Parts: sequence; C-alpha cells; structure tokens
Amino acid sequence: MVTPNTELGYNSKVEGGVIVSRADAAINWIRTNSMWPMPMGLACCAIELMAVGGARFDIARFGAEVMRFSPRQSDVMIVAGTVTYKMAPQVRRIYDQMAAPKWVIAMGACASSGGMYRSYATLQGVDRIVPVDVYVSGCPPRPEALIDALMKLQTKVRSEPSASRLLSA
Amino acid sequence: MSAEAITALKAKFPQATDRASADHPAVNVPFGDVVAALRFLRDEWAFDLLMDLTAIDWAEGAAPRFTVVYHLLSTTRAGSYVRVATNCAGTDAEPTAPSVVSLWPGANWHERECFDMFGIKFEGHPDLRRILMWDGYPYHPLRKEFPLAGIETDLPVADIQEETGTRVIAAPMMGGPFVASPGEMNLTEAEPRAKDESWADREVRPDQTPLRQVKD
Repeated sequence: MVTPNTELGYNSKVEGGVIVSRADAAINWIRTNSMWPMPMGLACCAIELMAVGGARFDIARFGAEVMRFSPRQSDVMIVAGTVTYKMAPQVRRIYDQMAAPKWVIAMGACASSGGMYRSYATLQGVDRIVPVDVYVSGCPPRPEALIDALMKLQTKVRSEPSASRLLSA
Repeated sequence: MSAEAITALKAKFPQATDRASADHPAVNVPFGDVVAALRFLRDEWAFDLLMDLTAIDWAEGAAPRFTVVYHLLSTTRAGSYVRVATNCAGTDAEPTAPSVVSLWPGANWHERECFDMFGIKFEGHPDLRRILMWDGYPYHPLRKEFPLAGIETDLPVADIQEETGTRVIAAPMMGGPFVASPGEMNLTEAEPRAKDESWADREVRPDQTPLRQVKD
C-alpha cells in the first residue's frame, strides 16, 4: 500500500538542506507577499478600499492587509480618490517619505485621470506627480477590481530585476 | 411670519425694496444698512440661524457687479425664512461687503468661501483667508471671467512643482463640460459626459470613415 506524501512544507530530510534559486525570485517572492499599503484615501474610493480590507473581500489573502498610516512602513501607496491641486503636494511628500522599493496604485477614475472633475481645482491624474504602476478603472472600482490591481502589481513585481537593483543602489 | 418680518423691516428701513423671489420673501437693502437690518431681523424677529451666505456675480462690466445674499431661518418661529440681498461696494477687482460674523459666528466660513470664490472683501472679518483654494492662488474661480477649465498657474508648493515638473493646468474639456442628461431612464445614457462627442468613439470623428460602413 502506497502512502501518499501529505507534507506540504519543505522537507529537508528528503530534499537536503540547500535550495537553489535566483536572488530575484527570492527577493520578489518576499516583496510580493507582504505589500503593506499606504491608504491615501481622499474621497469615496476610500470606502471601497475599506471594504477590501474587511472580512468579505479580505485583502489579507494577498498579504496586503496591514494598512500603514506611516509612509515609512508602507510599500504600496493606494491613491483612492480625487486629488485636488491643494492636496497634490502632500501626496507627493508622502510618496517621497516612503522607503524604496515602493509602488503606486491609482484607484478609480479620479486618481487615474481626474475623472469627471474637469475643473480648475483637480489634478488631472495622479501620474502627473507620482509614478503609477497600476491604474484601476471604475467610479468607484469594485473591491474585486482593487484586488485584481494588487495581483497585477504582484505579477509586475515578480518580474523586476530586484537583485541587480539592490547591488547597483 | 416671513412676510410680516419683511413688512416690519421695510417700515424700519424705508430704503429697503422688495426683491423678486419665487419662494421665500426677499428684500434688497442698501449697503450701509445691511448690518443694522440683519441685526433687526435677528433680535426683533428671532432669525437666529444664518442658513447661507453667498454672492452673485452678475456679469463683467455690470453695475452692480456683485450682490451678497443672506438666507435667514428662525428656529423658534416655524416657517420663517427670508433672504436679504445687498450690492457690494468697492471696485470690480476688489468688491467689499460688511462682515456679519459679529451677528452669527457661523458666517465666518461662509464669508471665507465667498472671499475665496468671488474675491469679496468682508470688512470686519476676523480671519479672512481662502478656505477652499490654497493661499497664494491668484484667481477667484466663481467669477464670470474665470473659465471652468481653470487657468494655468503654479502648484501650491514650489519644490514639489520643481521636482515633478507639473503645474496647475487648464483641465482638458474635450468638447465641453461634462453634464448629466436629466430625464434619461437608462443610467448609462444619463451619466455625465460631454455633449459634444465629436472626439469620442461613440460617434465617428469627422476625419475618419465610419467603422461599420455598409457596402452594397
């Protein structure tokens, strides 16, 4: 009778004490599975952002449940809402205060392009002040859309040349 | 109640005239009497709540150019609601109006907003700063000569502007302001969008041939 191997973890008795991998793969694996968001909740999109953090949608499944209200401790800034010109310098300052590596998700129409606010007071897209990695459409986007954006960002980070960047930094 | 208050106001201030209004009684009061008239309404007719304080920009070159409107409500006398309007003094560039913060402290932010949007200087205001736009913004956006898209100018913080290379720009209107279509039952059709859609994919641009051209 053959007993199936039910061990899910790494078994050093079977496979030895050494794992061979690429540094990029290891670093990116670590980075992608604990992306702590900086919740830049500026308007109604922030309500959906809160839903994403709640039990129903549960962004904890993707390792991004730790909303950090300190830019020093966060990895990905989720700009959720309308950015006015008055607020734009503060958004940029907070981005500057985040420690590298850092990413930005522009959540919703307003953050992506100014949305319906074609007016004198609204920044026409947050990509005018910070580099954006993922744009999410919607007004506001469904929580699933934000989770999808996070997964897209994780996919993007997985292909980054992290090791060479660390060495050249 | 409101009409009686207006009658009493006109008896006390003969310079006051009736103002056209579709709903609540309204009265025009000359610039010099407006604080006294408002104090009279507050103290004698129990208009204890300033519901709104706003301004009208009639047009460039109009005389008077700016009118300040006060909406008063009485919380103790049911159904009492009046409007008092007064034309601003001063120049078109720098109109003035008397501050009523001493009568209703709630007027403070209303007057700051009015100053921000119209540039009306409220004399006697304790702290007349902009409230919506940032300090140093050079325009007053609700004035008639100010375009909806805005005017290109500097960001509030100079070093951020230098770092990002971004300025406050005139918003792209793409054929006109976005307006809703009231009465449309289909929510997709009723969504705010530009009325001129010559730029959009919904209608074929003049320089393009129709995508679904039927051939014989």
